[in-house]
Amino acid sequence: MISKGKILVAMSGGVDSSVAAALLQREGYEVTGVTLKLWGGPSDTGCCSVSDVTDARRVADHLGIEHHVFNFGDEFESHVVEPYVRSHASGLTPNPCIECNRHLKFDKLMRRANALGFDLVATGHHARTVQRPSGIRIGRGADLSKDQSYVLYMLNQQQLQKLKLPLGEMKKSEVRELAASLDLRVAEKPDSQDVCFISNAKGSRRRFLEQRIDLTPARVLDKENRTVGEVDAIEMVTIGQRKGLGLSGQGTPKYAVDVDVESATVRVGQRSDLLCTVTKVKDLCWVDKPYLVHVDVQTSAHGRTSPARITSTVDWIDPHVKVASGQSLVFYDDDLVVGSAIAI
Amino acid sequence: MNRKVIYLDNAASAPTHQSAIDAMISVLEQCYGNPSGAHKMAREARRLIDDTRDSLSVGLGCDPKEIIFTGGGTEADNLAIFGVHGARNGTIVASMTEHHAILEPVEKLGGKLVRVHSDGLLDFDHLIETLDENVSLVSIGLVNGETGVIQDLKKVAEIVRSQAPKAFLHTDAVQAFPWLDVASLAEPADLISIAGHKFGSPKGVGALVIREGIEITPIQLGGGQELGKRSGTQNTAAIVAMGAAAAITISERDETVHRVSGLRDILANKLREIPESYETGVVTVDGKVDRSNKIAGSCHFCFQGIESEALLFMLEQENVLASAASSCSSGAQDPSHVLAAMGYPRTLAGGSLRLSLGHSTTNQDINTAIDLVPKFIESLRKTGS
Repeated sequence: MISKGKILVAMSGGVDSSVAAALLQREGYEVTGVTLKLWGGPSDTGCCSVSDVTDARRVADHLGIEHHVFNFGDEFESHVVEPYVRSHASGLTPNPCIECNRHLKFDKLMRRANALGFDLVATGHHARTVQRPSGIRIGRGADLSKDQSYVLYMLNQQQLQKLKLPLGEMKKSEVRELAASLDLRVAEKPDSQDVCFISNAKGSRRRFLEQRIDLTPARVLDKENRTVGEVDAIEMVTIGQRKGLGLSGQGTPKYAVDVDVESATVRVGQRSDLLCTVTKVKDLCWVDKPYLVHVDVQTSAHGRTSPARITSTVDWIDPHVKVASGQSLVFYDDDLVVGSAIAI
Repeated sequence: MNRKVIYLDNAASAPTHQSAIDAMISVLEQCYGNPSGAHKMAREARRLIDDTRDSLSVGLGCDPKEIIFTGGGTEADNLAIFGVHGARNGTIVASMTEHHAILEPVEKLGGKLVRVHSDGLLDFDHLIETLDENVSLVSIGLVNGETGVIQDLKKVAEIVRSQAPKAFLHTDAVQAFPWLDVASLAEPADLISIAGHKFGSPKGVGALVIREGIEITPIQLGGGQELGKRSGTQNTAAIVAMGAAAAITISERDETVHRVSGLRDILANKLREIPESYETGVVTVDGKVDRSNKIAGSCHFCFQGIESEALLFMLEQENVLASAASSCSSGAQDPSHVLAAMGYPRTLAGGSLRLSLGHSTTNQDINTAIDLVPKFIESLRKTGS
């Protein structure tokens, strides 16, 4: 078979990127697998552990492709982990996956791939690249329950031209079936979740932050400024949170509706107090022309969308739950990413 | 594996000597009895091990009874440190540029680390400052695995004897054995580690010299093999193979050192012509480079503005196999603690390249490296990765 080109596949050791590599090989690409070593600390999940590297390497062995490990630990620390900790310290809600994609997978890795003579880079994300007359767009993956277009919104044209997403048209169940039929050892490996550099065990996030920053005790106030409780770490509180505010058994459920690190106060209210009509944003950008009509806006990785008009702010058509500062808002037209902003 | 590879990673593992392979196969085929057993095949296995102990003792400058065979260099280092600490407690002291097989045990035991100078040589003033009556073991490697820098153990021993009279001196001579007369240079040491695969035996076999009279607590208990200091059935085939590899290494050492240091100088002098290149562990006097403090096989550089991983990848595509710093268990290149200790900035250390030559290195190998390395560095600097 004549090679369709040299492609570098980011292999995390999970089933998705393993199948992505297999599919590209079947399509006739000259496939090389690479696993990024991002994190040296303790964690039992995600794409960083030695056992995940072993899975990726053994899948590559099985497919008969070359496999390498690139150590991007320094960049991961400076672009993902440190900002994650800083965000928490200043009361923001960070999304480290987005920062990892922005700085590591689609910047550092793509530059490395280019320098090493690869034509393309592929990942196992559940999302599609869609050619439109004005350029390439990111579209939702065929499996909406696994769609990852939200964490890829930042890709620019230059990056999209170099990117292959082989799983975009597949359901997760099909991915697992294909993995099993190819006898890939990771066919039944559970999906990774949460933050890859923090273990899934209870209390891990807190222990992680504690090692890097001083956690701040805060007062919990109601709408009338009465102190109704206290938390021992305001950095752990996110808008919309119900649990962990020390308020259980105090009548109707209370939600954190405002978090102010400076005054060390968390304000609680009812669900209706969480609703807003406008979300202030920064870094607003459009993939192509701005939309004057409404777009569908998604505010978390697997959240539902809500319609909004985008001016200099995000103006919700119907009242919307407050968006925690630091969260990305991704704008969709049907299933295509058309713009984005970050809540302030 | 492709036989046409250009193998410049001898410091990681040397090509296996044919005599070691032959010796190993012969044992596996004909002398598989348990060396602790009583019958004649067992006695034959034991004889082969003890013959190896005898022959190796000449190369290590010790009595045969002082050699304990281990499952490699890491085990020898661990046995030295935990063994001495187990018997005597006290503080363990090592240099900051030791192999992880030393640094991890020292850290675990709450030991102290001694600085090195920018040329990789031990900071004797800091050693003096660090030593005291409570120190039970000082571990200073004879040759550094990354930079190939040779330490002056005689001087180290003098300082240890005067500042910490109760302390033993251990040396990790794993990287030294292929190139240096360990018997003479490690003579002041009380404990000496070696690893077979660095000089052409299979992996998984090494030895620790423990001078007579030094008590250690074993870290592995069982059948009491190796004078009770390292229980576990001996790997007869690997031990005999290590003996064979040691014999040929020693008999050819002078000639190999002479030939390889010439090749290394040609290579290193060419790489020095690359802009913003830094050769580690050398001193320059009146424009002349002095590499007398490095082993003959070591050619180690840092190149500004590139990343080792990318350079190594490109070299591998051309069948040139090398490495940068020490590899971690995942196979990734870890930032070098050795270069950090020598004061190299992290970004510069991230552009390191270790081309380590060995007994099988040819002129053609060096010419290929000279053709490719400067070209790839230029290309990587252009693409900014």
